Amino acid sequence: MTQVEVLGLSAPERRRKRGILAMSILSILGLLFFALLPKMNEVTTFGFVMDKEWVFLHEWAVHSKSGSLLFSTISIIAVIGAYLLFRARKTIRIATSIFSISLFMSFLCWAARGKFIPFTGLLQGGLMLSVPLIFGAMAGVVSERSGVINIAIEGQLLFGAFASGVLASLTHQKWLGLLVAPIAGVLVSLLLATFAIKFGIDQVILGFVLNVLVIGITGFLYQRLLVPYQSTWNSGSGLTPIAIPILSKIPLVGPILFEQTIIVYLMYLIVTTINIALFKSKWGLRMRAVGEHPTAAESVGINVNKIRFRNVVLGGAIAGLGGAYFTLGAVGTFSRQMTAGAGFIALAALIFGKWSPMGAVAAALIFGFASNVESVLSIIGTPIPSEFMLMVPYVATVIAVSGIVGRVRAPAADGIPYKRGDSH
Amino acid sequence: MKSIFSKILAKISLPFLAFALAIFSGGILIAFSDRTVLPLIGSPWKFFTAAVHSAGNAYLALFQGSIFDSNLAKNGSFLKGFYPLTESLLIAAPLILAGLSVALAFKAGLFNIGAQGQFIFGAIGASYIGFAYELPPILHVLLALITAMVFSAIWGGFVGLLKAKTGAHEVIVTIMLNYVASFFLLWLLKTKVFLRPRAINPLAPPVHDSAKLPQFLGSDIRLNIGIFLALIAAYFVWWILNRSTWGFRFRAVGANAAAARTAGISVAFVTTAVMSISGALAGLGGAVQTLGSQFELTPDVAGSFGFDAITVALLGRANPVGTVFAAILFGALRAGGLTMQANTQNPVDIVLVIQALIVLFISAPALVKYIFRLKGLKGGASVASKGWNG
Repeated sequence: MTQVEVLGLSAPERRRKRGILAMSILSILGLLFFALLPKMNEVTTFGFVMDKEWVFLHEWAVHSKSGSLLFSTISIIAVIGAYLLFRARKTIRIATSIFSISLFMSFLCWAARGKFIPFTGLLQGGLMLSVPLIFGAMAGVVSERSGVINIAIEGQLLFGAFASGVLASLTHQKWLGLLVAPIAGVLVSLLLATFAIKFGIDQVILGFVLNVLVIGITGFLYQRLLVPYQSTWNSGSGLTPIAIPILSKIPLVGPILFEQTIIVYLMYLIVTTINIALFKSKWGLRMRAVGEHPTAAESVGINVNKIRFRNVVLGGAIAGLGGAYFTLGAVGTFSRQMTAGAGFIALAALIFGKWSPMGAVAAALIFGFASNVESVLSIIGTPIPSEFMLMVPYVATVIAVSGIVGRVRAPAADGIPYKRGDSH
Repeated sequence: MKSIFSKILAKISLPFLAFALAIFSGGILIAFSDRTVLPLIGSPWKFFTAAVHSAGNAYLALFQGSIFDSNLAKNGSFLKGFYPLTESLLIAAPLILAGLSVALAFKAGLFNIGAQGQFIFGAIGASYIGFAYELPPILHVLLALITAMVFSAIWGGFVGLLKAKTGAHEVIVTIMLNYVASFFLLWLLKTKVFLRPRAINPLAPPVHDSAKLPQFLGSDIRLNIGIFLALIAAYFVWWILNRSTWGFRFRAVGANAAAARTAGISVAFVTTAVMSISGALAGLGGAVQTLGSQFELTPDVAGSFGFDAITVALLGRANPVGTVFAAILFGALRAGGLTMQANTQNPVDIVLVIQALIVLFISAPALVKYIFRLKGLKGGASVASKGWNG
């Protein structure tokens, strides 16, 4: 912080410069290892058709080496573009996106040489894996923006999944399952809110313990009731996808975005609402105020803890609904610890996305997509060990919080209990 | 004398009440999920006795599996009845070490969620030395333990260094690095060096006998010197924290980093040092688990040790002696939970519920006070709350 500024650049500018340096190294490495060095004489085929959408392009077969060379070159041009934009003191986001996409395509040409890649399927699977992450990250946004750390996302997702699966199975009513999922998430978040806000307990510890509690309770009941009495307790079925007319016919993205279950459409609604409300409504302004500077908020008559309490509970409802995606959004049945750490990847997405709704959504999409690419590549066979690809979200988050390239900052009062009269 | 007694009483009454409450709540869960209990709800007395019976049986099995089993005592000598206790201590040893790792970091104001990853790296180091080299017995064990500690100290110290140099929050970094460590282990077990010849699943070769931790109660009882290593480590942590200059600095940084900096303590150095020692402790736990009871490296070698370590440290109020007792308690719960599952069809997951509830009640003394209508119960959060940016 107090270091002498080099070349008159501010700290964020220096980080951006380091980012461009990292990008240029990556693009050159990409050119070397994906395009120039490997001896490839095969063809990589990308498929673009999924279902009944209007066909624009069936598939695209490209000679692996030329394809890789093409995309590597584009990525290098994008880096040069980014540097020029940086020199002109303009935003480099578009150049960065082009860089990452083309580098990724270059990687695909190399990794899937001689193979067929269902590109639409890749995107669709990526979205499927992202949905719970997006729900979890949104739960994190409303809770943490108001100043309460939410590590219990995992528990809220899991309890939502459990409650919705069990109730839908017991009553044979899927909508009841959908209704109970947010309530289950709220139960977990009520504990979080009560202990964190009323008793002032460390929120990281609390979230952690609540996760253990939910894993324990659902695991116990699963083994005790759901397995032995499966036909009554755990025999639900998944929701049927609803295709939106016309929109679902759009080539490439149509069947991915607009032929989904109601849970995904609710997700679009939640993300849009939060993104607008956080920055444009009274609710959002107050939420950000109590998350950044509770004392100042209190001084203008805002009840800090009441707002925090409500936001934590709302977050629980969102994550709980996201939990229903694991059961009702899939085959309908619950299995032990079926969220498998999604809550923690959602937390990573929240942090990687700088605690902003759209940032978190983008990060969740990237993480979901990365893990789907991993599973597709491990099926068709790839030169990179799948474990390293699975590490991507976690390593990316560590890099993001360490501020080597770019830097993330939490809401200033996030995690600090507020007591009237304390000054922060 | 009276003052010492009341002091101890004040210290243990909160954990004891929290334990009682957790056991009670767990009992309710057991009774209500029992299909023979619930239909009796029409007649309250029958329902009550059936519920008590159901929960009582489960907890009896828990006791038999963790401390004393009279069936074993009948067949042999009275002492043989305590065999379950040695199994509890066997599980407790790595748990003590991992718990100390979290506790030490707490005292320096750091929340080490990374015990899981550090445990894994310790297990990797111990396992590699254990199967790849042939050495004389004592030397082999020593070398394996030291390697484990070095590996995990580097892994843990990296977090401290990152926090010191860039301000990256250790909670976020350690959560993420736990996953990285798990995937790294999974990959490592598939490499030529680590994959056991002719094995289909990722599995390392077994460690040589010379690298196994010696057992001291005969060959039938698996308890080994790991428990002594854990106790020595607990003494070491107590000594560092309370008797050494370093420990003073650790605690000073933990109490108030800004004040410590003003007093001339290098916060960056302390952060890195604490995380390295914490890492080494958790890694030693991984080594004790690998060389003491598992004998081969598997993808889930760490199980839930790293996460139980956090509950252990919280229950032990981040104090070395408390951590030892908390780890023994949780070790007993785990050992007993398996017996309970086998004898009464109550899944071992109930142990997680009890653990979580204990810690929840411990960290909210106000709630326990309210439930028991107590005044003047000693306690309060042993760890100060701080935000992501702090």
